Amino acid sequence: MIEIIQPGPLALFQDLGRPGYTDLGVGRCGAFDKTAHRLANRLVGNSESAATIEITLGQLKLRLLQASTIAVTGARTDIIVEAGHQTRTHDSNTPLSLPADCTLQLGTPSIGVRSYLAVRGGFDAPVVLGSRSRDTLAGIGPAPLACGDRLATGTLTESMPASEPAPTLGDRSQRLRIIPGPRADWFADGALRTLTDSSWTLAQSSDRVGVRLHGPQLARRITGELPSEPTLPGAIQVPPDGQPIVLGPDAPVTGGYPVIAVLASGQLSRLGQARPGDDVRFIVT
Amino acid sequence: MTEQPIANNLMRYGDRAFLIELDSAANVLAVRQQLLAAQHPAISAVVPAARTVLVEADARLTEADLRQLLSQPPPPKEPTTSEAKTVELAVTYDGPDLAAVARLIGESERDVIHRHTQAEYTVQFCGFSAGFSYLIGGDPALSIPRLDRPRTHVPAGSVAIASEYTGIYPRSSPGGWRILGHTDAVLFDLEREPPALLTPGTQVRLRAR
Repeated sequence: MIEIIQPGPLALFQDLGRPGYTDLGVGRCGAFDKTAHRLANRLVGNSESAATIEITLGQLKLRLLQASTIAVTGARTDIIVEAGHQTRTHDSNTPLSLPADCTLQLGTPSIGVRSYLAVRGGFDAPVVLGSRSRDTLAGIGPAPLACGDRLATGTLTESMPASEPAPTLGDRSQRLRIIPGPRADWFADGALRTLTDSSWTLAQSSDRVGVRLHGPQLARRITGELPSEPTLPGAIQVPPDGQPIVLGPDAPVTGGYPVIAVLASGQLSRLGQARPGDDVRFIVT
Repeated sequence: MTEQPIANNLMRYGDRAFLIELDSAANVLAVRQQLLAAQHPAISAVVPAARTVLVEADARLTEADLRQLLSQPPPPKEPTTSEAKTVELAVTYDGPDLAAVARLIGESERDVIHRHTQAEYTVQFCGFSAGFSYLIGGDPALSIPRLDRPRTHVPAGSVAIASEYTGIYPRSSPGGWRILGHTDAVLFDLEREPPALLTPGTQVRLRAR
């Protein structure tokens, strides 16, 4: 059992997502940085499908009501553990065996946005449509964590890893691989080149539904309305103002803006660590 | 009746999906059925929308494989049980846009209600939000563009029209469709299986009350 003392700006249960319900208008959801989510689970010997806590911009504080093995991955953040009168700072990307009654607090990330906290056994949160993920658009799945919440741990364990490489985040300028999209021909000549030759700054309003980018205008050749099309997380949609939006895990399942390009698989995890004000660039694979 | 849907255009959608463009809403439903019936092990999802179908698949499905699947004879017309479902909804025609829609098409409000309840609707796809269904089959006279300025608050149960579609808001949200009335039906309920009342292929009748 774990008690939340403070959730920080946003703390959500996430797992590998909620596939298979698009017929109902329910999106894919799941951890934004699935690479970090998977690593957190592996470090504590869980199945990768166990739920972790996705912590946006750190500052979560919790108390362990029993001895537990925990790992924190993703954003680069100090992990401060208080046990009795002892205070110690731990690193992320490594399993921590912690005693009962200690508190664990995340600092504010120096690099990246989202941290993933896994506990050995996983979290025993309610399963909704096959997933423990919180969909912030549809309001489906366990509610965002709040002060005083008590979280039961589960039994989704596998054997502990002998060793695990611990990748760290690179510099803050990210270069993400893209594939030209189904509606690239709706844009003026050179728009795709503008997309790949420019630096794009993440807007403050970016969230799990969409990451909004500021940069040069991507001009349209066809200006008519596109009938609603199915969408996928990672699609780069361009509304009439010419400023692209990369769809996140909680994006709606259909959308009416033309898709100029789509992130290659694995790239959405990296975008999940870009913070408002960071620059990203795109490269065609 | 063995006429095959024509895939006008097949496009890549990233490295894990294809987008198939079709020339009609009916062909969207037909291609969806055809691909679901194929039960190809590499295909994880088939998502319909207005004129396109998204096929999510791993690398085992090549573009040539997909073209081959699309060239297969379509499955027999017999609808499966879930697809044959008919839902009748009681609608109170008291929406804020009813009078304006009547004016726009130069008829009375009663005529609008008559046209809207005479049609036999089919759910083409869900989108916008959980349980929001796009119904096709409506009277072409009621094909009117959405509002220029969307409302910030549309109540749950609002029955509304936009271009060729009728839709019902499952929960209160912003929205730009023209609201003709409302229903008490619960469109999305996680305690129900399936949670959405109106899934693709469902037949829908609207009754004025």
